[in-house]
Amino acid sequence: MISRSEARWTNEMILEENLDVRTITMGINILDCADPDEKKFCTKLYDRITKTAENLVRVGDDIAVEFGIPIVNKRISVTPVAIAAACCETDSYVEIARTLDRAAEEVGVNFIGGFSALVQKGTAASDQKLINSIPEALAVTERVCSSVNLGSSRSGINMDAVKEMGGVIKETAFLTKDKDSLGCAKFVVFCNAVEDNPFMAGAFHGVGERDCAINVGVSGPGVVKRALEEVRGADFETLCETVKKTAFRITRVGQLVAREASERLGVPFGIIDLSLAPTPAIGDSVAEILQEMGLERAGAPGTTAAIAILNDNVKKGGVMASSYVGGLSGAFIPVSEDHGMIEAVEAGALTLDKLEAMTCVCSVGLDMIALPGETPAETISGIIADEMAIGMINNKTTAVRVIPVYGKVAGETVTFGGLLGYAPIMPVNRFDCSAFVGRGGRIPAPIHSFKN
Amino acid sequence: MKALVTVLGKDKVGIIASVCTYLAGKNVNVLEISQTIVNGYFDMLMIIDVTEATCSPGELAGGLEELGGEIGLMIKFQREEIFESMHRI
Repeated sequence: MISRSEARWTNEMILEENLDVRTITMGINILDCADPDEKKFCTKLYDRITKTAENLVRVGDDIAVEFGIPIVNKRISVTPVAIAAACCETDSYVEIARTLDRAAEEVGVNFIGGFSALVQKGTAASDQKLINSIPEALAVTERVCSSVNLGSSRSGINMDAVKEMGGVIKETAFLTKDKDSLGCAKFVVFCNAVEDNPFMAGAFHGVGERDCAINVGVSGPGVVKRALEEVRGADFETLCETVKKTAFRITRVGQLVAREASERLGVPFGIIDLSLAPTPAIGDSVAEILQEMGLERAGAPGTTAAIAILNDNVKKGGVMASSYVGGLSGAFIPVSEDHGMIEAVEAGALTLDKLEAMTCVCSVGLDMIALPGETPAETISGIIADEMAIGMINNKTTAVRVIPVYGKVAGETVTFGGLLGYAPIMPVNRFDCSAFVGRGGRIPAPIHSFKN
Repeated sequence: MKALVTVLGKDKVGIIASVCTYLAGKNVNVLEISQTIVNGYFDMLMIIDVTEATCSPGELAGGLEELGGEIGLMIKFQREEIFESMHRI
């Protein structure tokens, strides 16, 4: 029997501590839409997406009402377009991006991911076409998200592609300059990208996946923060125990929603991604958790240890709650989407270098960081190379989503709106790395990659 | 299918009557009510069976929220599984 305190507890988590299911993402395999004729490919693609996902939004909304838990986003991910469109006789994939955009609008989802390429070991012709299309594709569409996997622990880092990414990001920033270079917020590069990540901009439906799957991303930094308030001053064992127990409860909510959605849509359940994904709302911040642990601001000495504790215990709690925990599960540390992080940057507590250190022990990478518009492409490639190396050497996923805001300089603020929030533009190390980045080729895989 | 209805707000005459009348109108059976008053605030937890209800759970949730708006209380409908999954291993 449910007790009054449990009922209240659940509802407090939802109403006051911003517990939500951040996203239900339907992964759709589009490989069999392949066609040499671009028009036919686009038609098949549109039909496949609109038919497969026609009930996604309605079912998501129904579940939210019945269980009284907000489900913030309904989204779609597709097989990386560079693979599915490889046989298309065309020079540009922009039309395909437009088709994805139209299909997403038709079914009512706010983002569609999978305008992606996997080039960790080398860039195929189709990958190159996709990469060339990214800036325009992100400028002319609203809902399309794009990603490129540049490296992996097994195959090393494709430095030719890393070098190119600096230019792609700069061009995307320029083409979307009227919207504070918003296009870059829809593009992310990865090392060790996962195939079942429900979170944008990096979501795509991996080639090892079935035809269609439901992946659910659960959130709730506020709930963890609140739980930690109860054990203020206690030792680390208590701290870890508290995070674990809270993560367990949060994941169970995701599991319930995922099971329900998968049943109603007749689509197999894939994974739960238990990520503490912040929003710009007060009380929904990962930085606030770090502060509750005893740091004056995110970025203070101790921050890397704190984020490591948080990340590890979130995973431990989540793994106990669901057998299929996947995606990126852990703590997200985007700057613009977390008001505590924004404040830390404004106060001078948090720098790009400290953020990089934090990514060594946390789920993702440099996320939603606004840079001065005149940051050279080579410098962006250098930042990417550093982050890819962290992922490659440590056998983990890392990512970079930076926005060199066209026409703006360090110290100014940029507003993206909605869940993307706003961010102070962070200064970048001004020393040159172009000769390093310019070498090209591939960084070989690390010694510990050789396992068989 | 069982669900929980939680009602919270300033106490006044007829709250239980309004909620129960609404539920009866939808052919919903009330299984259990536990209710308390804290500092003049009404706090009720109700377990209901919606198997025979004449409308969908979604409509019930919307209807109860609307009723809450009319009588100045927060009324929340949630299927029982969310509590069970969260608090039980």
